[in-house]
Amino acid sequence: MSAVPLSVTNLRVAYGRRVIVDGLDLAPLQPGTLTALVGPNAAGKSTLLRGIAGLVPGTHGTVRLGERDLLAMSIPERARHLAYMPQGLPGGVALTVMETLVGALRAVPTALAPDGASAAAHAITVLQRLGIEHLALRTLDRLSGGQRQLVGLAQAMAREPDILMLDEPTSALDLRHQVSVMALVRETVVQRGLVGVVVLHDLGLAARFADRLVALSEGAIQADGTPLETLTPALLAKVYEVEARIEHCSMGHLLVLADAPIRSAAE
Amino acid sequence: MSATTLAAGDAALGYRRLILRRAALLLALSLGLLVAFLLDVATGPARLPLGTVLDALLAGRGAGGAMSVIVWDVRLPYAVMAMLVGAALALSGAEMQTVLDNPLASPFTLGVSSAASLGAALAIVLGTGIPFVPQDWLVPANAFVFALAAMLLLQFMAQLRGAGLQALVLFGIALVFAFNALVALIQFLATEQALQQLVFWSMGSLARATWDKIGILALALLVAIPFSARAAWRLTALRLGEDRARSFGVDTNATRRGALLRVSLLAGVSVAFVGTIGFVGLVGPHAARLMVGEDHRFFLPASALCGALLLSLSSVVGKLAVPGLLVPIGIVTALVGVPVFLALVMGRGRMA
Repeated sequence: MSAVPLSVTNLRVAYGRRVIVDGLDLAPLQPGTLTALVGPNAAGKSTLLRGIAGLVPGTHGTVRLGERDLLAMSIPERARHLAYMPQGLPGGVALTVMETLVGALRAVPTALAPDGASAAAHAITVLQRLGIEHLALRTLDRLSGGQRQLVGLAQAMAREPDILMLDEPTSALDLRHQVSVMALVRETVVQRGLVGVVVLHDLGLAARFADRLVALSEGAIQADGTPLETLTPALLAKVYEVEARIEHCSMGHLLVLADAPIRSAAE
Repeated sequence: MSATTLAAGDAALGYRRLILRRAALLLALSLGLLVAFLLDVATGPARLPLGTVLDALLAGRGAGGAMSVIVWDVRLPYAVMAMLVGAALALSGAEMQTVLDNPLASPFTLGVSSAASLGAALAIVLGTGIPFVPQDWLVPANAFVFALAAMLLLQFMAQLRGAGLQALVLFGIALVFAFNALVALIQFLATEQALQQLVFWSMGSLARATWDKIGILALALLVAIPFSARAAWRLTALRLGEDRARSFGVDTNATRRGALLRVSLLAGVSVAFVGTIGFVGLVGPHAARLMVGEDHRFFLPASALCGALLLSLSSVVGKLAVPGLLVPIGIVTALVGVPVFLALVMGRGRMA
């Protein structure tokens, strides 16, 4: 693990002529910390994540991991440092969970899995860490949405990256799995000194598990800091257009209570 | 604790068994193909006993005797061509379905075959073709060049930024209609004799097989297969989606380009030599997928074997269906393939 920060300067991400993010700077994301990217629908969260991950052809600017420019790397080279998990895992695929993990490890040769046997062994370790080794021989088309999300997470974790980027890892999970997956992501990030970035819709989950919270709307950063600093009624009014209260529960966690939408002048 | 280690042991063992089972299925398909191939050689106007066929095969070419001539110069070119064309088309279909992420993709559905037909039509009806090509080779050469051009056009569209895979498939389908219309126009203008020749060509026939053509197709396969094998892991990763594959380190654009290039070569050569045999490129991969899943280490060879098996069996049926008449293989493939395919799909549905 290189344990160096990830910094983003003057990033511009565009799909063709449609510019989603422009001139975005992000203070260095430290290794061993988890950052939550929050914001309303169409705020550009996923696009920003894909841009940083080098998946959008029209991306300009610099994304540095320590001294090295991620966007200038070749695809296999970048994949050695960064793992990205998109929102959905495709459904109608006749691959077993094990095959997808071994495939993730062997698509491009890695030091982790120089041969088939070590790839299989490593894949099983990762499944165990997520507690889903019983799904190993199931095909993807026989998994529930939540199970598929866990398998996607396993694929991202299997390559042991320096940077872990997850786009809504909990959207299809029940309460128990939401908490256990976020705890596991946090533990992995802290223990292995990864730079963790997670897009989340659930602000309570974000506040509880993330060290840092970046609020995005219309492709620009509206607030950036610890959950306690950033989650304020003023921010929620500005970014989500809701009247909201921030309360502390009996255990000291932040609770976000949205009371009513704010009617804009146009309505 | 012991429960989790047990589950992990189960998973490791299960995965090893899965791989063995898939390897066994490949072996079974190979054996099936061998049987179908021998049947194909034995079947014809004169039915030969399998023992005689084997003797003649083992004696080698030019061993003398009528049997040797029948087996080596008449039956064998057909049978070998059927196998190679089936393998080439099904392998092409498998790679296309993966890189275009579309279960309906095949050389036939995306314009390669219709382009070849147009090339053949121009050569047969108008006598125009590539300069300096001997008369005998004019039709296949023209068909090949047109098939290649269609694939390159598709490639070019794939390179264009912003053209999604859906758009690419639709473009391929548009090509089919455009080429078919042009072929129809040529047919409309053709003389009766040329028309008959053209219609026969487009039905797909192994009767044009010669050892020279077999050599060329075998060479194309020998060139393409090592690259397919090397791309197997990357193609498997691509089944999980573009973004995910790239995040695994796969240069998806390069993978797609390579696959379509192999498809151009294999489908182009096949269609040029035997005419339009559409169904196998679509169904071979589906049959393989139902049997061995989509780990491309198994899926690609299984597709090739299924395609070869299907064409070998079709060739046998084509010789037996109407006594004294050789039914063109293109017709038989669809008639034999559809029920086999439906049975596979329905059987799968019952299991689920």
